[in-house]
Amino acid sequence: MADQPRIYSIKELNRYIKMKMESDLLLGDVWLRGEISNFTHHSSGHMYFTLKDKDSRIKSIMFASQNQRLPFIPKEGTKVIARGNISVYERDGNYQFYVNAMQPDGIGSLYLAFEQLKSKLSEEGLFAQSRKRPIPRFPRAIGVITSPTGAAVRDIIITLTRRYPLIPIYIYPVLVQGAQAAPAIVKAIDAMNRFGEADVLIVGRGGGSLEELWAFNEEAVARSIAGSVIPVISAVGHETDFTIADFAADLRAATPTAAAELAVPSMTELQQQLLRQQQRLVQSMRYRVQDDKERLQRLRRSPFFLYPRKYLLDQAERLDRLKEQLEQRTNRVVERGHKRLARIQTTIAAHHPGERAAFAASRLQSAQKQLEQSMSIAVKQNKQRLLSSMKQLDALSPLKVMSRGYGLVYDQQEVKLIKSIRDVKIGDTVKVRLADGQLDCHVDAWRGDGMDGSSESK
Amino acid sequence: MAAANQSELTFEQAMERLDSIVSKLENGDVPLETAIELFQEGMKLSQLCGGKLEQVEKKIELLIETDQGFQKKPFTEVNEDKGE
Repeated sequence: MADQPRIYSIKELNRYIKMKMESDLLLGDVWLRGEISNFTHHSSGHMYFTLKDKDSRIKSIMFASQNQRLPFIPKEGTKVIARGNISVYERDGNYQFYVNAMQPDGIGSLYLAFEQLKSKLSEEGLFAQSRKRPIPRFPRAIGVITSPTGAAVRDIIITLTRRYPLIPIYIYPVLVQGAQAAPAIVKAIDAMNRFGEADVLIVGRGGGSLEELWAFNEEAVARSIAGSVIPVISAVGHETDFTIADFAADLRAATPTAAAELAVPSMTELQQQLLRQQQRLVQSMRYRVQDDKERLQRLRRSPFFLYPRKYLLDQAERLDRLKEQLEQRTNRVVERGHKRLARIQTTIAAHHPGERAAFAASRLQSAQKQLEQSMSIAVKQNKQRLLSSMKQLDALSPLKVMSRGYGLVYDQQEVKLIKSIRDVKIGDTVKVRLADGQLDCHVDAWRGDGMDGSSESK
Repeated sequence: MAAANQSELTFEQAMERLDSIVSKLENGDVPLETAIELFQEGMKLSQLCGGKLEQVEKKIELLIETDQGFQKKPFTEVNEDKGE
């Protein structure tokens, strides 16, 4: 059936309870006052104990990581204020107090509360420098929130009226110590904001013990100061220690007198300043006119006005100088051109063809001479050779041989030289040339050497 | 120009204006005509500020909130001789 109850395991239940407890806002951050009993500091470093008061008790644990920073040593019977959260130890089904901060009860607890609140508000950014409003330089009215009796209000009034008696002072009377103080201060700050005429608030009191000043360490007061639209100067008469209100205020004064001094400018100083400004005003105007006058004088004395002709002459001189320069420079350019031309001419001259022609001519001449010489030598030699050849030839001439008695035999036509008997037939006419003429001979017989025939005379 | 509504200036505004006029004049980079105007305005402002400093109001009042709103009562120190 659908209505069948679900059956849980114990572990599931314990886990559920644990989850419930841990999601509870109050149980997540609890402060307890009580006495320590059954204290054990385990070797693991964790502390196990029971916190009890006259009516009840709770099992408590402080883990090593937390208890290392404890400012005191907890003992059996120590009265403490502890802060922590409630959770369940699942295995045993026990709910326990898990302590993360602890302070011995008594004076110390105020200090602890102070530190707690300070770090909390600081983390929240309530003291951030960026939140601070500037105090107006010339406020139109001052609001004072303090006890209407006592030194503080008197100091403030005396100082304000001495320094700056021009503006109204509104005093909002409050209690500054005791349980009613904090709400009264909060209400006064709120009222001053609604009233709206004061543009600086001084909130404070004279010095006192930590307990007497306590209202200024309360969260509501700090928030009220930080939330005020009108800038707040805190003035808790305690030179050395700061209160939470001091951190939350836009400006912190060490004493009520100091707060009044910070709130308003000094009239005598302002008057002096004003006087100085007046003097500077007059002085600067005087200097200004003086300067302008001098400038005018200087301009009037300018040579342009004093010697206008001189200016012309100057220009003429300048013109002359420029002309001169122009000429000089032009000449220099021409000169440079000339020099360059000369250089080039020298170079060209070095390569002139005339010399080469002369050189070639002389070479030609000597070659001709040589040629002629060698020609005449050759001619002479050849003449010699010819001569000797002629001599030789002459020596060999047949005419000479004929002169010694030899003759040459030719055929009838005087063309063919007869060298053998076979060249002629009997009856042929042959011609015999002798040194001094010719014989026409008729062949009658021929006889060869060793052969029979008619023979020809020789 | 600004001289017309000088009387409406607060002390602070007048002082600031006076400061800026003085530094402008001291820098000396304004035309002479403007310088003269500025000088006149500056002198008026300084008189105005001086005047404001002399009007001593010195009102010290106790602020008491009632159903009708805020009430101001002259403050007289209750126990001046008690000190503390």
